[in-house]
Amino acid sequence: MAVLVVADNDNAHLRDATHKTVTAALKISGDVDVLVLGSGAKGVADQAAKIAGVRKVLLAESDALGHGIAEAQADAVLALAGNYDAILVPATSGGKNFAPRVAAKLDVAPISDIVEVVSADTFTRPIYAGNALETVQSSDAKKVITVRPTAFAAAAEGGSASVETVGGADATTRFVSEEMVKSDRPELAAAKIVVSGGRAMGSAEEFQRVIEPLADKLGAAVGASRAAVDAGYAPNDYQVGQTGKVVAPALYVAIGISGAIQHLAGMKDSKVIVAINKDADAPIFQVADFGLVADYKTAVPELMDALTAAGK
Amino acid sequence: MKVLVPVKRVIDYNVKARVKADQTGVDLANVKMSMNPFCEIAVEEAVRLKEKGVATEVVIVSIGPAQAQETIRTALAMGGDRGILITSDADLEPLAVAKLLAAVVAEENPNLVLMGKQAIDGDNNAVGQMLSALLGWPQATYASAVDISGSTAKVTREVDGGLQTLDVDLPAVVTADLRLNEPRYASLPNIMKAKKKEIASKAVADYGVDVAPRLKVLKVTEPAKRSAGIKVETAADLVSKLNTAGVL
Repeated sequence: MAVLVVADNDNAHLRDATHKTVTAALKISGDVDVLVLGSGAKGVADQAAKIAGVRKVLLAESDALGHGIAEAQADAVLALAGNYDAILVPATSGGKNFAPRVAAKLDVAPISDIVEVVSADTFTRPIYAGNALETVQSSDAKKVITVRPTAFAAAAEGGSASVETVGGADATTRFVSEEMVKSDRPELAAAKIVVSGGRAMGSAEEFQRVIEPLADKLGAAVGASRAAVDAGYAPNDYQVGQTGKVVAPALYVAIGISGAIQHLAGMKDSKVIVAINKDADAPIFQVADFGLVADYKTAVPELMDALTAAGK
Repeated sequence: MKVLVPVKRVIDYNVKARVKADQTGVDLANVKMSMNPFCEIAVEEAVRLKEKGVATEVVIVSIGPAQAQETIRTALAMGGDRGILITSDADLEPLAVAKLLAAVVAEENPNLVLMGKQAIDGDNNAVGQMLSALLGWPQATYASAVDISGSTAKVTREVDGGLQTLDVDLPAVVTADLRLNEPRYASLPNIMKAKKKEIASKAVADYGVDVAPRLKVLKVTEPAKRSAGIKVETAADLVSKLNTAGVL
């Protein structure tokens, strides 16, 4: 059996989600190849070649692939699909965008967002906003799977796979522009600590005043609830939850977040959850390891002081 | 132009799903059901396109049990023109749904399919992409803005890290993200008027599509419960607990 992992990258950097997907792939088979889709992405392919356990790296380049156009990405994967029994894609917004296209063209049922490889044809995935886990057995000859990165450990470095160039692909869909949120903080999905703010902040200024210094002090990424994003307090990209990002950091600090089902879906696999909320009955306290019932306006400055006192 | 909007009847988003004791699935007996929130956003966008004079007809389609008719009525009350209900008692997989929708598209010839990015029950996030692949149409997923001029649509998409804008040629499939719009509430007069709108009644067999499941659900279980936490009194106490836990 051979497995193809499609790398998550931005043409310059290989993202951590790729390493985690390789871990899932190695649980299916020892023969794992990595496909890098991009433009000017030779450096990414070289980085992928260093992942331990990877047999070889395939590099497909074109303009459309450099911009993450789903039609081109699916075509580039389909051109190689004949050689593989399973195609694994990280469940990032980019991966979720093209993987189902590949499945439809191969006439197979895609398996989304798996959190466990039970065997080569059996996988576990969350449904109903993470309130249930479904174990499914696929009868398709070829599997197309997206992998939830937070559910798998990153594969180690230390490999030395060869890099081969394969054909790129084009699409009629045209890239117009992109507008990326600039941040020096760790990437939300891969951060060890996440500090999130909710509706209680009341304004974008307050969100920045309260959440960002605490995040900087902890070396944490900043997250937000849907309520905070919808109200314009934080950019959309910060949203943690069923429809935003799924995170599982060592420490998740929820400030002024009530803990709706949809938010919990994105963070309840965190190792330690801290909730700061003035409503003692907020549902967030049911999943929090440590809860502080207090107004964030007094609790966060006190927390900053206590961190300083503890030498942070 | 004609817009086709697929909608799904799902467990209400406020209800916490309960796993059945025999691990065969989620207990949906006597649970409040509603239109999938992302489908509401797709219906709203289609109706706005009609109000702007861009769309001429908005056709709503749903695949599901007989009660999915209520979901279609809700969409008609929001401003849809007519409905198609494909009755199916089985819980169809995204591949089967995409194939059925492709067959509906072949009959209806819409210029645009507008649908939700994912259903909150299966959380697959696949049908829109699969439909566009089966049709050979371009796709624009996770849309937070749609601007149609002539035979192209400029779609702003929510991606990891920010926003991306694409130009797609119509016909195309666009899937709606939360930020696309705020769906309207149907007014009582519109709910009454929607009762008179036509809903064509179809069966899966009418489309000659293979809907056999490819995935066998072996079991559905509850996720591991988190052990009960503790309340701390002060921020200093919290920091010392976190230090002990080794997460700082």
